[in-house]
Amino acid sequence: MRPDPDTVRGWLGKVPDPEIPAISVVDLGIVRGVGWEDETLVVDVTPTYAGCPATLVIALDIETALRDRGIDKVEVRRRMSPPWSTDWISPEGRRKLLDYGIAPPQLNAANCVGMLSAQSAACPLCGSKNTEAIAARGSTPCKAQFRCRDCREPFGYFKAI
Amino acid sequence: MDPLVTFCLRMGDTTLILGQQTAAWCGHAPVLEEDIAFANMGLDLIGQTQLWYEIAAQAEGQGRTPDDLAFFRTERQFLNAQLVERPNVDFAHALMRQYLFDAWHLPIQEALCESGHQAIRELAQKSVKEVRYHIDRSRDLIVRLGDGSEESHAMMQGALDALWPYAADLMAIDAVEQALVGIGMLPPLDRVACAFEAETAVTLDRATLAIPGNGHARTGGRTGIHTETMGYILAEMQQIPRSFPDARW
Ligand SMILES: [Zn+2]
Repeated sequence: MRPDPDTVRGWLGKVPDPEIPAISVVDLGIVRGVGWEDETLVVDVTPTYAGCPATLVIALDIETALRDRGIDKVEVRRRMSPPWSTDWISPEGRRKLLDYGIAPPQLNAANCVGMLSAQSAACPLCGSKNTEAIAARGSTPCKAQFRCRDCREPFGYFKAI
Repeated sequence: MDPLVTFCLRMGDTTLILGQQTAAWCGHAPVLEEDIAFANMGLDLIGQTQLWYEIAAQAEGQGRTPDDLAFFRTERQFLNAQLVERPNVDFAHALMRQYLFDAWHLPIQEALCESGHQAIRELAQKSVKEVRYHIDRSRDLIVRLGDGSEESHAMMQGALDALWPYAADLMAIDAVEQALVGIGMLPPLDRVACAFEAETAVTLDRATLAIPGNGHARTGGRTGIHTETMGYILAEMQQIPRSFPDARW
């Protein structure tokens, strides 16, 4: 049995990101290629941050998920180029982040990468745009801590990169 | 040694030792946000180290892994700039060390985005985005604490006086880099030193900190000459894999 790449992508769409389980590895935009090489199913994955501790777990989760679907030979390959950008998070991924309480990253990341002061986030709880950054890093390297000036709740913002 | 291997070790050793020193702040920084920030930056740096060591190991062709390079080399075989092995001392020293490193790391990563070597170019195009966030943080804190209270100003100036002489080691260029520039594998690196000077002149001025004017410079790390702190760092970092060389998770 050699399921076509679109079917495989559909399966991977159910593999959660280990650190933000509300979104899948496909939503995150890190699955860069799915294809067969002879009898081996090859999945190209691009790392988010170079030192993201979830990278190894993601490769293992993808392998496990595909084995569970009956595919014996799976190879997860790392693809470095072009480098991952938060612009690749799917519209559905952005919606899921918001529902989970994380403000999605500002689009056109190239214009504001490394400049948190150039990025703004709407409060995922009340929708207010009257928010402020309180720390450039949060519970994971990819997030900053923000606070809503209206409902006063703190929230995580997925930094544009 | 192949100049490509030497260059990759110079870069990777510098990010590894700083990553190790930075990770030591986990649980010790003055506020939770900075504790997390240092730990997270250590992760970025160690991740970048992994990429440098992969290129070095492949170019070397002796079957060594990134872990072999990190854990089974001795002090004289480490080619990191001396700046990153300077001790943590206090938050002011750690922050100033980070800022001086970032002021070099950003322009060299920008330059390497145009490297003629594909894997180096891809590494740089990925890392440079992370490095932009690193300097965004360290620059902001340098200005806030330098131009802060009397005490914070004095601590930041003391850290700058202690660490400034070591900045030259980051930018030391010798026949290794020249050979790689000559064959188009590296772009000319003079602009890195220019960018470092411009960045530090503006930011340290905003921070009301004075650059020490005595012209002292300490170099040698990139040829394996280290300061007295280096042995302690390696001892702590390498102790487990050297005690149990075949241990697996
Ligand atoms: Zn709100």
